[in-house]
Amino acid sequence: MAEQFRTCPTTGLKIHQPAEMLIRVNAVAAVVCLLVGGLAALLILLTRWPAIHLLNEEWFYRLLTAHALDMLIAWIIFFEVAGLYFGATVLLNNRLPAPKVGWVAFILMLVGGALINYTVLVGQATVAFTSYVPLKASPVYYLGVILFAVGTLTAVLHFFAALVVAKKEKTYEGSLPMVTFGLMCAAVIAVLTLLHGAAIYIPTFLWSLGIIPSVDPMIYRLVWWSLGHPSQQINVCAMVAMWYLIATLTTGAKPLNEKLCRTGFLLYVLFINVASEHHLLVDPALSIWHKIVNTSYVMHLAVLASMIHAFAIPAMIEVAQRKKGFTKGLFEWLKKAPWGNPAFASMFISLIGFGFVGGITGVTFGTEQISIIRHNTWSITGHFHGTVVLGTTLAFMGITYYIVPLIFRRQIFSETMAKLSPYFFGGGVFIMANAMMFAGGYGVPRRHWDITFAGASIPFQFDPTVFFFMALTGLGGLLAIVGGALYVLNTVASVFIGKKIQ
Amino acid sequence: MSISVERVWWRPLDREEKIWVTIALIWCLGTFFMMPVWHVIAKQNTPNESYKVSVDDFEKLVIAFNEKYKVGVDENSGLPIVRPPAGSDVYFAGTGIWTWSSILELEAGKEYRLHISSIKGGGAEAWQHGLSIVSSKFNANFMIIPGYDYVLKVTPTEAGEYGVICNEFCGIGHHLMAGKIIVKG
Repeated sequence: MAEQFRTCPTTGLKIHQPAEMLIRVNAVAAVVCLLVGGLAALLILLTRWPAIHLLNEEWFYRLLTAHALDMLIAWIIFFEVAGLYFGATVLLNNRLPAPKVGWVAFILMLVGGALINYTVLVGQATVAFTSYVPLKASPVYYLGVILFAVGTLTAVLHFFAALVVAKKEKTYEGSLPMVTFGLMCAAVIAVLTLLHGAAIYIPTFLWSLGIIPSVDPMIYRLVWWSLGHPSQQINVCAMVAMWYLIATLTTGAKPLNEKLCRTGFLLYVLFINVASEHHLLVDPALSIWHKIVNTSYVMHLAVLASMIHAFAIPAMIEVAQRKKGFTKGLFEWLKKAPWGNPAFASMFISLIGFGFVGGITGVTFGTEQISIIRHNTWSITGHFHGTVVLGTTLAFMGITYYIVPLIFRRQIFSETMAKLSPYFFGGGVFIMANAMMFAGGYGVPRRHWDITFAGASIPFQFDPTVFFFMALTGLGGLLAIVGGALYVLNTVASVFIGKKIQ
Repeated sequence: MSISVERVWWRPLDREEKIWVTIALIWCLGTFFMMPVWHVIAKQNTPNESYKVSVDDFEKLVIAFNEKYKVGVDENSGLPIVRPPAGSDVYFAGTGIWTWSSILELEAGKEYRLHISSIKGGGAEAWQHGLSIVSSKFNANFMIIPGYDYVLKVTPTEAGEYGVICNEFCGIGHHLMAGKIIVKG
């Protein structure tokens, strides 16, 4: 067993090599998905920009579907699986109990992802991310989703098994390190989410095969959103764990009070899943009291969790910076923070963006009355690009700059590209998400090929102000794509032709 | 390197942490408390009345309603222009061929019971649609779910023409679903 470990010369961490290999393949798959999803993003962005209107409707809706699945599902989950293996092995001096199971999980996810992309791109599954029944995709599409989910569930259970092994073999002392604790909370949410996914995709798969006659659209919506929104709460939890990790790696900060931070993670597990109801506030069939309780995430306790992290992370950075002597005035610690370190810049922009762009809008749009104004408008798209892109994706990009040297044993190919990427990407998504939200305020719908309604038999025109915000979305989006391309190119170059570290 | 994490669960919070968490918790409870309060005092709430109805039955209701109150036909689209009396039950649907079931003419200041659902209307399926009523000053959005009759109590307050567009992806003709509601003063 011992020969399967190597010791990292820089950090002194013991690394289980079979686990390292799995971290590598999952991370590579994640970045490839980000590339595919990013190309789709560029094309749909240039289509929604009315002045350009690039694709035809057929390809627009296909690539919209592919973009959502490759980004929200494939890129993020492959990266999270890599993160889970990292948290359960490297951070705990631990081994992965069954590397073969890890490979089975990876292959299931890979095959699932390939089936999804194939069916969507050939036009057999133009059903958007939500695939609301009775929109029907080819059975192969649903099968792809199910295989991907089974693979993910296998990986998550493997993570739990690794935690048990670490505990039994006493590879660490005391409490679980907080980053692993945060990842464990994400994994708990993942199990709940994936079970809901099974509960809705299996009947829908059978319906697409003609084995069961129909799936009730309201039940579909209720159960599907217990997959659709909580899957993003896995990201929230994993992202916050990455914030703590990056804060420690870049400034040497330590959480001031782990009890507080861990309570924050626990509140996510307990309360954040009801946010899925935010999609159902203007639906028939659900009672008003059911909606009211859920509008507020049950007493907004998941918001409290975010408020805790919003305090704890800047606070721990401030303390660490002040210890280094940056004590002038209120903000010297922040001014002298390592802004040139791409991981720190990514983390801090992610933290601010997630809170102020994604979080606040999520909580407000999710109230009963405001939902009437915002539901299914482009504001919602703006909101979740604030959480998932500005928040999660940027945080994951940030940690990459540490994973590449530690796990791939390669130097970052270009420091300049790394330095610029978070600012381009963060700034771009910031502009884009806000512009989308303003446009949505005028009623601009999401998932829409042509808001000028050129082909419609009854004319409709939006307030002309809308076109300013549509163009601003385009410009912000292009900036984000430049930042994203810098990240993808730099990461791929580092992994394949970066200078080897021994 | 050995990994050991001190067990820190017993350590009390500092003053700043206590203040922050207290303020945040009060804020959270305040906003939570406001959710039902808004439902009572707000002028525009999510409707709470809905029924299960078969797609075919709702289609019959829509056809009968259109026949009964039809006052004309829109030339371009061929849709009936329908003027229901104040206070009546109005049946309105998105169709399987990506149109709306009618152009409604309503009277400002009068309340209507607007039943919304999805019908085939000659298309393959009754899709899920998003009913989005839009003008430069106004914007309201509700889900249209096949098999469910969602009853919105609607009182138009201002005369004018309101766009009706679909904002839930419903297939390849989604972006063609434009219609209108005309409110007479």
